[in-house]
Amino acid sequence: MSLEGIGITCERDRRMLFENLDFQVSDGEILRIEGSNGSGKTTLLRIICGLFHSYDGDIKWQGKPISDDFAGYVDQLLYIGHAGGVKESLSPEENLSWLASLQDQEVSQKNIWEALAQVGLWGYEDVLCGSLSAGQKKRVNLARLFLIKAKLWLLDEPFSSIDVDGVKNLEVQIEQHLDGGGIVMLTSHQLLNINHAVRSLLLGY
Amino acid sequence: MHNIFFATVRRDLKIAYRNSSDLLNPLAFFFIVVTLFPLGISPSPQVLSGLAPGVLWVAALLATLLSVDGLFKSDYEDGSLEQILISPQPLFMVVLGKVVGHWLVTGFPLTLLTPVLAVMLFLPVDGIIALELTLLIGTPILSLIGAIGAGLTVGLKRGGLLISVLILPLYVPVLILGTLAVQAGVDGQSFAGHLLWMGSLLVMGLGLAPLATAAGLRISASS
Repeated sequence: MSLEGIGITCERDRRMLFENLDFQVSDGEILRIEGSNGSGKTTLLRIICGLFHSYDGDIKWQGKPISDDFAGYVDQLLYIGHAGGVKESLSPEENLSWLASLQDQEVSQKNIWEALAQVGLWGYEDVLCGSLSAGQKKRVNLARLFLIKAKLWLLDEPFSSIDVDGVKNLEVQIEQHLDGGGIVMLTSHQLLNINHAVRSLLLGY
Repeated sequence: MHNIFFATVRRDLKIAYRNSSDLLNPLAFFFIVVTLFPLGISPSPQVLSGLAPGVLWVAALLATLLSVDGLFKSDYEDGSLEQILISPQPLFMVVLGKVVGHWLVTGFPLTLLTPVLAVMLFLPVDGIIALELTLLIGTPILSLIGAIGAGLTVGLKRGGLLISVLILPLYVPVLILGTLAVQAGVDGQSFAGHLLWMGSLLVMGLGLAPLATAAGLRISASS
């Protein structure tokens, strides 16, 4: 299986973000999108998710345009964006439980607690997210990587506001995902320290 | 598929319960508007009972309009909406869940509060029964139509006025049917016809409004 971008061209506010961009990521591969602030990293991820439509070119999943079978495509996709989709007035457990059912996956309370423990939020299951720190909220969001099964991970700045231990933990999880044949695309200003070859896609000139 | 509907209703009810101002604002608005009429116009029973159907229906309509603006706002701001849009679950069910959740915290309590205010406005008992029935059928329609406007304007900084302009015309038939039914009830006539018309509007709204809302949300999120 592979994710392909063919001739992606996107212009925003009269600024050309990227022109004729080609990329391909296959099973067990990771692609890091690099670029300065405002170079279109998030926009590219949103295009790949099918959230942003004003672009030219094709995004193909298993050789077919994603719009052909969008439900089948998003079923295998896990997107973790800047804004996490974490509600302040819900607890981490309630947030994750809803996000999992949105992904059409049955998870038990035990699964959620384990995922939260993985990101170092053991004991915070019932605390409202509004009273968590920015880093902890980010961790709630990242707990989905330990909870929800998806083949393709699209991660937008997964390491921002995460401490050193958290980053290490996340790198291990990414390695395991790649070992299992998963595909990862991420934007990050930080170098990844994993035992897989990390290819880079440099945006901006 | 049913799962996500109930999960969304439960989630939105929890959120509303924990932000109690969201829950109380429309009700307080409704209560205040209605109580100001006797003070502003005349406390005489003849005048008030004539005005009551219109006043109560307009106040209910405005209270819904006021609250529907925020239906997708927080989901848009915190990224939940993106997750909803790229979910393999049918968007229709999620939207319907959100609308039902909205109705349960605005339209439904508003309907429960109305008899008290109707008595204050000297509405006869037959009128109150008609009013309750029309509100019970009518307020979900208001939430459904309001969601269309909310979906279209969620990406705008100040969508409040635009949403009123967009959906008020669509509220007019509901308002007319509602007040006519109450008037018919007061006059001792049958209002079954009005209720059937409202029922058909509700069924149509349940089937079509979430589709329109979903399309609006896709447009709003893609910018």
